[in-house]
Amino acid sequence: MTNYPGVLGRTAGAVVALAMVLLTPIAVPLDAQKATSAVPRTADDATVAHVLNRLGYGPSPGDIARVQQMTVAAYIEEQLHPERIVDAALKARLAAYPTIALSTAELARDYYGPAEEIRRMERRAQANQPTRRAAGTAAQTMAGQATGQMMAGDPAMAGAPQRPEDRNQSPELRAARQKEQQILQDLMQARLVRAIASERQLEEVLVDFWFNHFNVFSGKGQVRVYLTEYEREAIRPYVLGNFRDMLGAVAESPAMLFYLDNFQSVDPKAAQKQADELAARQQQAALRRGRGRVQMAQPTPQGNQTPAERIQQLRSRGLNENYARELMELHTLGVDAGYTQADVIAVARAFTGWTIDRPRDGGSFQFNATMHDNDPKVVLGKTIDAGGKNDGERVLDLLATHPATAKFIVTKLARRFVADEPPASLVDRAAKVFLDTKGDLREVTRAIITSSEFFSAEARLAKVKTPLEFVASAVRASGADLNNPQPLVGALRSLGMPLYGAQPPTGWGDTAEDWVNTGALLNRLNFAVQLSNGQLRGVRVNVRELAPNTSETSRNALVQSLLLGHASQITRDTLAKAESPQQLIALTLGSPEFQKR
Amino acid sequence: MNRRIFLKNGSLALVSLGFAPAFFTRAAQAAQTKRKVLVTVFQRGAVDGLNMVVPFGEKAYYQARPSIAIAKPGTPGGAVDLDGFFGLHPRMAALQPYFKRGELAIVNATGSNDPTRSHFDAQDYMESGTPGRKSTRDGWLNRYLHAREHEEASAFRAVSLTQQLPRALQGTAPALAIDQLGRFGLRAGDRGDMMQSSFEAQYAAAADSLLKPTSKEAFDAIRQLEAVDLAKYTPQNGAVYPNSGYGQALKQIAQLIKANMGLEVAFAESGNWDHHANEGPQIANRLDDFASGIAAFAQDLGDGMADVMVLTMSEFGRTVSENGARGTDHGHGNAMLLLGGDVKGGKVYGKWPGLEREQRYEGRDLAITTDFRDVFAEVLTSHLGARDISSVFPGYSATRTLGLIR
Repeated sequence: MTNYPGVLGRTAGAVVALAMVLLTPIAVPLDAQKATSAVPRTADDATVAHVLNRLGYGPSPGDIARVQQMTVAAYIEEQLHPERIVDAALKARLAAYPTIALSTAELARDYYGPAEEIRRMERRAQANQPTRRAAGTAAQTMAGQATGQMMAGDPAMAGAPQRPEDRNQSPELRAARQKEQQILQDLMQARLVRAIASERQLEEVLVDFWFNHFNVFSGKGQVRVYLTEYEREAIRPYVLGNFRDMLGAVAESPAMLFYLDNFQSVDPKAAQKQADELAARQQQAALRRGRGRVQMAQPTPQGNQTPAERIQQLRSRGLNENYARELMELHTLGVDAGYTQADVIAVARAFTGWTIDRPRDGGSFQFNATMHDNDPKVVLGKTIDAGGKNDGERVLDLLATHPATAKFIVTKLARRFVADEPPASLVDRAAKVFLDTKGDLREVTRAIITSSEFFSAEARLAKVKTPLEFVASAVRASGADLNNPQPLVGALRSLGMPLYGAQPPTGWGDTAEDWVNTGALLNRLNFAVQLSNGQLRGVRVNVRELAPNTSETSRNALVQSLLLGHASQITRDTLAKAESPQQLIALTLGSPEFQKR
Repeated sequence: MNRRIFLKNGSLALVSLGFAPAFFTRAAQAAQTKRKVLVTVFQRGAVDGLNMVVPFGEKAYYQARPSIAIAKPGTPGGAVDLDGFFGLHPRMAALQPYFKRGELAIVNATGSNDPTRSHFDAQDYMESGTPGRKSTRDGWLNRYLHAREHEEASAFRAVSLTQQLPRALQGTAPALAIDQLGRFGLRAGDRGDMMQSSFEAQYAAAADSLLKPTSKEAFDAIRQLEAVDLAKYTPQNGAVYPNSGYGQALKQIAQLIKANMGLEVAFAESGNWDHHANEGPQIANRLDDFASGIAAFAQDLGDGMADVMVLTMSEFGRTVSENGARGTDHGHGNAMLLLGGDVKGGKVYGKWPGLEREQRYEGRDLAITTDFRDVFAEVLTSHLGARDISSVFPGYSATRTLGLIR
């Protein structure tokens, strides 16, 4: 394939456009045309661009004409029903990332397990080495100043940040680690390919939104093994489905159970009992072995505990409130929604026993009744007394339909789709839709993206693009060939938004303030230059097609295609100084106008 | 051009040439408000504090660590004595003179009151400054910066010599992550000047209320850095920095400080401390790197250390007892180092809880007697001169003053 034209191949685009024209009467049911819809019947290019900028990652070449032809209303309806979009080209491209289709069990067995096994073996071997060098080397460098050379002589120590995995790796471990890293690599690259090339643009934006809402961090322990399944099975199927269903899928996901520690949350009384039982068994075993016999010290590399340590650990284990707190503060009600610390504890008790079977080896969700606190709890004034796993389910029911949740969720959605400070009128209406439909996210999303606030003049170009939006929209707008998204993965890192790399459970912020800072701004300019110059290997802008030369005609065409004609006089003046088409494109993609959507 | 800017830029240019007349440097410095600098070093991976600051006066220390304990001072491979009870690991000998001169202090048995033994969570808490609270989005250093936005704050007021901005510096106040000073700026090839002035013109005319001022900061920062000849830097007083990423980060922080670019908070990190097995030789090399970096930094800055403090931290300590693999596992309390001209050094601070089993946290770890926020709070108020830090550690008020700073 020589030229990969962003979202739609020209032929495919024409076919879909034609199909949509034919399907329009069916695809747009009457209920979608309710009086609440402010979707204009006829729209100028700027309005279409606005829709493409908000529902997706900006226009690709040809998109504006296509949407004009099918009408904005039909396009919105199409995007609200991604299952009706074939997206065959994307499917073919995603075949390059085999791990994204695998289950956690398969990933653990074939990708994560081997590296972990070698690591365990090497730890064991290392543990058996004598420590002879410790004292000697210490004495050698007492003098001190030889350090510079010593470190310089050790290539592993020079320059790069030192991570345990960088040093002293055996070839076997290195090979196994590559497989292990492929899990996250595939996931990150597939996310970018989808953002750039999927025809289901709204679905991709919503996956990004909801993943971020229910954020987990790839850098925390085993989360990276669980991420693939998490996004594919707990988030993606529900972004236009029911909120309660997504909430439940997240609550049961090993990724979230691990990230927010609920997998180790135990009814303290139950933990005490387990410890007592284990201690009693140990005592009996010791008696059987006979008194006076010296017990061999057991080696205890990480993860392998002695019985005494296990007992100690059980005794100190108990309730972990982290998931309970974030469930209310970040996933449902929102901060300051009137719940108390007593509610947090009650919710934590309700979720005791929601755990992972073999958490360190890619296990799956498990309800462990012996860890569960089965006593009744009071949450937000309501008694929860369903018993067993249903305690947690009732809490989710309660939270998912709470008015505070409706308001919190629609405010975030409106912030994403409309403005940093979403209008109260819109929030109120959309919250009502949320409650009336019991959390039907398709209807809630529809209420927001067909609202008069969405189409208002104030909302136009009111949002600063996040790094992901900037990178994806630049590649789309320039119609670049995307053969290898890896350089874009790296670019997002330097722009301050590494994929799957938000540490706190809040996820990334979604306002201009979160994304406009000195270092990141310079990196946006550098990205524009690199993309235009062909310095990102595997991402090629078709310069000749985009800007054949630096003439005024070329410049105007470029301002039209990349900025939709929206450029200040100063920006136009700077373009006139460009000496090459590459500079012209860089100055356009790096311009302040292109940072907005 | 006003006098202040002239002096600022003038001194900058001369520093880069390396032969500023003394009177001129003095005049230039006097024109600037004396700015204190805090350099934070994060030892990621949980350093074994008991082999870093060795409690050689404790019998229980030697009982719990038959093969990895550091011997008493005066024996081969023994600790470097500090105060007759504590000593430094022998590979940290380079720091001993600073302790003896009263410029290096240690706070022992410090850390977070949260019981977590997860690296991730504990680092997160130490950087967010809110132990037990996961949803804090910004870091404590950023909240400090935000609480005291200076009138003419430099773009280099807060710099992390890392690829990505660490959690501690994330937030609304401007902070830069630069892993290589030489790579900061616009990299636009042959006609870089034209590209830069074009972008600058575009953004100066931007209607956006955030893009416009931020771009000005960015382009000013590029020019400021251009005035310093980065490649020709020679550390002073014979200082030799380790060649590690960490050592080079400290060297670049020293460069920024000497160039008077308005640096107030710097961040560097040192990794590879998670020694579950065969700890002895590994920690020896790591502590050598760690200590010789700080020693080189202090040597390089010389008298400049009067206004500078280095503060080190690590997410938690390690088990008192060695495990069956001659390593240590995740523990609780740890030690922090403070080095600087205004540090009341020569002393190991913090109530020492002892290492006997019943004195330990959960029977296994060094207990915590000083909340790490007490140390941070004191550094912010007494060293950096912050008046109100209630927003930096929300919901927390320091329990007492340790008296770490002159």
